[in-house]
Amino acid sequence: MLKIENLHVKLEEEDKVILRGVDLDIGPGQVHAIMGPNGSGKSTLSYVLSGRDGYEVTDGRALLEGEDLLEMEPEERAAAGLFLAFQYPVEIPGVGNMTFLRTAFNAQRKARGEEEISAADFLKLIRARAKDLQIDADMLKRPVNMGFSGGEKKRNEILQMAVLEPKMCILDETDSGLDVDAMKLVADGVNALRSEGRSFLVITHYQRLLNHIAPDVVHIMSAGRIVKTGGPDLALEVEENGYADILAEQA
Amino acid sequence: MPAPLKPKQEAAEARLSSATLPQGAGWITEARRAARGRLEAMGLPSRRDEYWKWTNPATLAAEEAPEAALFDGGEAPIFEAAKALVVTFVDGVFDAEASDDLALEGVEIERLADASRADIHWARDLYGRLEEAGQEPVQRPFAALNTALAPDGLVIRVTGTPSRPVELRYLHRDTRSDAMLHHVVKVEEGASLTLLESGPGAARFSTVLEVAVADRAAFHHIRAQGRDHERRTVTHAFARLGTESVFKSFTMTANGVLTRNECVIELTGDDASAHIAGAAMGDGDFHHDDTVFITHDAVNCESRQVFKKVLRNGAAGVFQGKILVKAGAQKTDGYQISQSLLLDDDSTFQAKPELEIYADDVACSHGSTTGAIDETALFYLRARGVPRAEAQDMLVLAFLAEAIEEIDDPALGEAVLDRLQGWLARRRG
Repeated sequence: MLKIENLHVKLEEEDKVILRGVDLDIGPGQVHAIMGPNGSGKSTLSYVLSGRDGYEVTDGRALLEGEDLLEMEPEERAAAGLFLAFQYPVEIPGVGNMTFLRTAFNAQRKARGEEEISAADFLKLIRARAKDLQIDADMLKRPVNMGFSGGEKKRNEILQMAVLEPKMCILDETDSGLDVDAMKLVADGVNALRSEGRSFLVITHYQRLLNHIAPDVVHIMSAGRIVKTGGPDLALEVEENGYADILAEQA
Repeated sequence: MPAPLKPKQEAAEARLSSATLPQGAGWITEARRAARGRLEAMGLPSRRDEYWKWTNPATLAAEEAPEAALFDGGEAPIFEAAKALVVTFVDGVFDAEASDDLALEGVEIERLADASRADIHWARDLYGRLEEAGQEPVQRPFAALNTALAPDGLVIRVTGTPSRPVELRYLHRDTRSDAMLHHVVKVEEGASLTLLESGPGAARFSTVLEVAVADRAAFHHIRAQGRDHERRTVTHAFARLGTESVFKSFTMTANGVLTRNECVIELTGDDASAHIAGAAMGDGDFHHDDTVFITHDAVNCESRQVFKKVLRNGAAGVFQGKILVKAGAQKTDGYQISQSLLLDDDSTFQAKPELEIYADDVACSHGSTTGAIDETALFYLRARGVPRAEAQDMLVLAFLAEAIEEIDDPALGEAVLDRLQGWLARRRG
């Protein structure tokens, strides 16, 4: 599904190298987790994949179902099936949440040469999804993420994911700022979307999210590289011993 | 240093002497003569006047109006769905064929040209009076010029609550037209009216609207200034508000080489409310100026100014807004926000918010910002699949939303939003 080869990335504005040769191969239906200490490049990886400005790819490539992701505009990546659940969902005053979602939904369909759907049909679609995530009508009417609590913002991200039905979902520290109940709700939302044709890349500091979203493969990232790859047990190891042991082992 | 008076007076003299003086009965002739006297004394403005330093009045003051090419956007009249009683002026000249019958329950509508022939008319107590009062402390020479020379307009007395709005539709068909219209509206106690205005009006167009809103009366005003790129417009709205009365005015402006909208409001009765809002979008050779003066002279009144401008390709925006709270105007609640969204480095926005407060128990706030498109929000929208241009338009409309929300009637708000969306979509190519 997503194949990353030897990805090297630096900041556009300064000579700071962040990713130093990342390799990753996520198969259809798989859930991969990336863990790692602060500053290891986890979030940068998610931004580079989704097309945010400010980064320069100096080497390597990233393919989504064989298509070169890095050549596409952010909106083209979305239409191709990539979705980033933001660590810090953006507040947009003046744009209604529902309008935003419908615009995005139809823009993606249009880009794929599919029929746009009517406001009424969209309302039906979103209501069902919103209910599962305990998102009420008021939250749908409000401007995007405005006045939302941390948990509401993350639920709203998952709602967008549920509605847009991407193939490749990247969750960037979706657990940050969530209490236990909120995390469970978000994890249930993600689990409900797991399917053979949909893959996930879960970026997190902590193992606790992975108790709820069971990964197939766990990677440890450090200093811009994947330094260790293993099964779910690897996450438990991190939880117990911290990163120091693993990193020392690699050194 | 103030501009020297003599050249300004000479400019006024030249302008007045080249004009055709409208005919009328004694009362209006007197009012026009008085306005002429005011203008002769103050002269026409120059760039060196404090309130004209950001907007060049030269083409508004010149004896001859510059030409303005006609523009056909191929659009239906913006407020068509409102099914208003429509009164049409073409290049400032009343068009009977394109106008509805002026009869409507709850309101008396007359042309100024007709009213001014009557020896006795209620409009005598209003025509030029609010304009005259509005000359202090800031001079408004183009309003005095209009009072002196405008040959026509509407004279409206509202006694009830008419079932539909009244719309003034201003068409522009002559590239050299130079037009003035003067409207007088008296909203009697407890009555209410929605007045719509739309269209470019003329190559050079001046309007004055004097509105007296009596106790517990309401006046809603929604205006869409025509999209002609080369038109020049100067408008003045003068309003006096009675106890518990409501005045709301919204103006949408898209295009126009020069627009100066002045609004002068006096809250004279307790518990009155005045809301003025504007949404302006300019591309290229566009200069838009909102100049507002609100005087609180009664207890527990509320005023709100919301002005938003979206500027691109070198367009220029100006906002000069003042709230004056007189001694004794306690419990005043005044709010003012003026913001611009600059879509490139060539566009400019100048703002001068002013507060002058002589009462000690008031809440007044004001703010002014200039900014670019929020890149983080733009990326968020694009990451969800919205193409860049469309995402930018969403953010532009979101920026204008606070002003558009000042329109109470949802259908009229929708009509304005549609136009703004259309304007943006055409620029997307």
